[in-house]
Amino acid sequence: MQAVAGTAVGAGVGTGDGAAPLAPRARFGPALGAVYRAQLSRARVARIPLLFVATFQSVGIMVLLRGVVDSGDPARSVVSGSSVLVVAFVALNLLAQYFGQLRAGGGLDHYATLPVPPAAVVLGAAAAYASFTVPGTIVTAVTGCVLFQLPMAHLWVLAAVIPLAGAALAGLGAALGLLAPRPELATLCGQLGMSAALLLGVLPAARMPEVLGWARDLLPSTYGVEALSRSFDPHPDWLVVAADLGVCAAVGVLSLAVATWAYRRAATR
Amino acid sequence: MPVCAVRDLVKTYPATRGRRGAAQAPAVRANDGITLDVRRGEIFGLLGPNGAGKSTLVRQLTGLLRPDSGSIAVLGHDLVRHPERAARLLGYLGQESTALDEMTVALAVETTGRLRGLGAREARAERDAVIGELGLTDLTGRALKQLSGGQRRLACFATALIGERPLLVLDEPTTGMDPVARRAVWAAVDRRRAERGVTVMLVTHNVLEAESVLDRVAVIDRGRVIACDTPGGLKEMVSEEVRLELVWRDRPPLDVPEVAALAAAAHTSGRRWTLRLPADRARTAVAAVTSGPAFAALDDFTLATPSLEDVYLALGGRAEGLVKA
Repeated sequence: MQAVAGTAVGAGVGTGDGAAPLAPRARFGPALGAVYRAQLSRARVARIPLLFVATFQSVGIMVLLRGVVDSGDPARSVVSGSSVLVVAFVALNLLAQYFGQLRAGGGLDHYATLPVPPAAVVLGAAAAYASFTVPGTIVTAVTGCVLFQLPMAHLWVLAAVIPLAGAALAGLGAALGLLAPRPELATLCGQLGMSAALLLGVLPAARMPEVLGWARDLLPSTYGVEALSRSFDPHPDWLVVAADLGVCAAVGVLSLAVATWAYRRAATR
Repeated sequence: MPVCAVRDLVKTYPATRGRRGAAQAPAVRANDGITLDVRRGEIFGLLGPNGAGKSTLVRQLTGLLRPDSGSIAVLGHDLVRHPERAARLLGYLGQESTALDEMTVALAVETTGRLRGLGAREARAERDAVIGELGLTDLTGRALKQLSGGQRRLACFATALIGERPLLVLDEPTTGMDPVARRAVWAAVDRRRAERGVTVMLVTHNVLEAESVLDRVAVIDRGRVIACDTPGGLKEMVSEEVRLELVWRDRPPLDVPEVAALAAAAHTSGRRWTLRLPADRARTAVAAVTSGPAFAALDDFTLATPSLEDVYLALGGRAEGLVKA
């Protein structure tokens, strides 16, 4: 025993009751970085075709609505809704699928038997999927601005919209994937969430029935859409934009916390 | 003090309600009072057919499952009370590779090292060392899912080795591997045992592997340890018996009285009969089937000293599910 303690895990922590020292835990920051890097790399292999699908879907919707919607307010919500839809597709839909399959296939065991903080696994995967939406969202927003002659001066606001809406939707996607009792249900929930983001985000809010308006207010992606939409004003009200983004951030923190709890629950059955 | 001490471990999977079209599954007592000790530096095996409760046992050792009752101590730590400590005490190779499938071999090994607490430089250095040791250097840039089953298994084994732990828990590590890969696995295990006193707990249903690599083996059947000893010690239990295998060309010549007498004791699998007999009776039986009309109907026969499979059967285990390869 003493020899095991001395040779194998020199840097470990003793517990004082004659037990062997424990090897150190992986610290949160480096673990998050390692998961993020690994997830980005596997998403690059497995998800590039899907990213094209997400972008084409959003651009296609804008082209279709080009004939129906005049420029002005409706155009703004079409462009911002389509841009945030890319985030919803990848962060919500694909991440729900990923965690659903990982859980069903026993893949969580790998992480659960490593001394890594659960939050690092969930946040690393969520961050990787969210950053994977960056090119598609930018392409969609720029294409939309060209199609509907909207000003691109404040598109930099995407730098806040993507991570914050990404956090909210990725957290939701991860939680759905980890909580769904079967992977097919996780996929279904992800698809439904994305459809909701599509319908409630792209269609102008003013023309919606009241019930749909409430549903729209409940969906976290709405606040990302609103923030982006407001930034097309020649003189945006930055306070309202910041408030919208604040809602995204709050939902993001909440949903990622729920996802981390769901991960713990799923990892130790 | 043993590296791993398990006492009266019980784990029952609850009954599942039947859905439409699916039958209701009753509760399964997967571990039914398991007690065993693993000593330092040992390669300790859990041998039994699929469904015997081996994986359930190791999933409790690794903190993935909580036992209903009983105790588990690994290197002096109570893992029933502190299951999260398992990750800091042992390296685990499970049966699934889903989490790693889309990563390259190099990234899977390095990431696992990082998550086992290694620094960036350490993880890269250990990654290269482990990959070189297992002969995976040519495959470092390939994604795991592009590899053959045996290669993928070897890459997963590499992830279990990085970030050295004093105890390795390996659930059927060599499944699907060719002999070269198997040798790499056992050489890597032996090196760690000789250099650092690493202890290995191994799940297998492969009888030949169990006989050749294990120091001690616990034979598990229906959630219980039915025997625990060295492979040699276990075989002593049935040493007065030999195993006679007869393969008939077409159908057994039951009109020959000697063959008809053997039929009752034979375990039949297609055209193959397996018999466990005292040595003198086996000699008589061989003489009978290698002459006259019985010999004309005989395709092949073998006479062998008992294996762990015979031990398992002699102890009352079910034969199906053990592999001889």
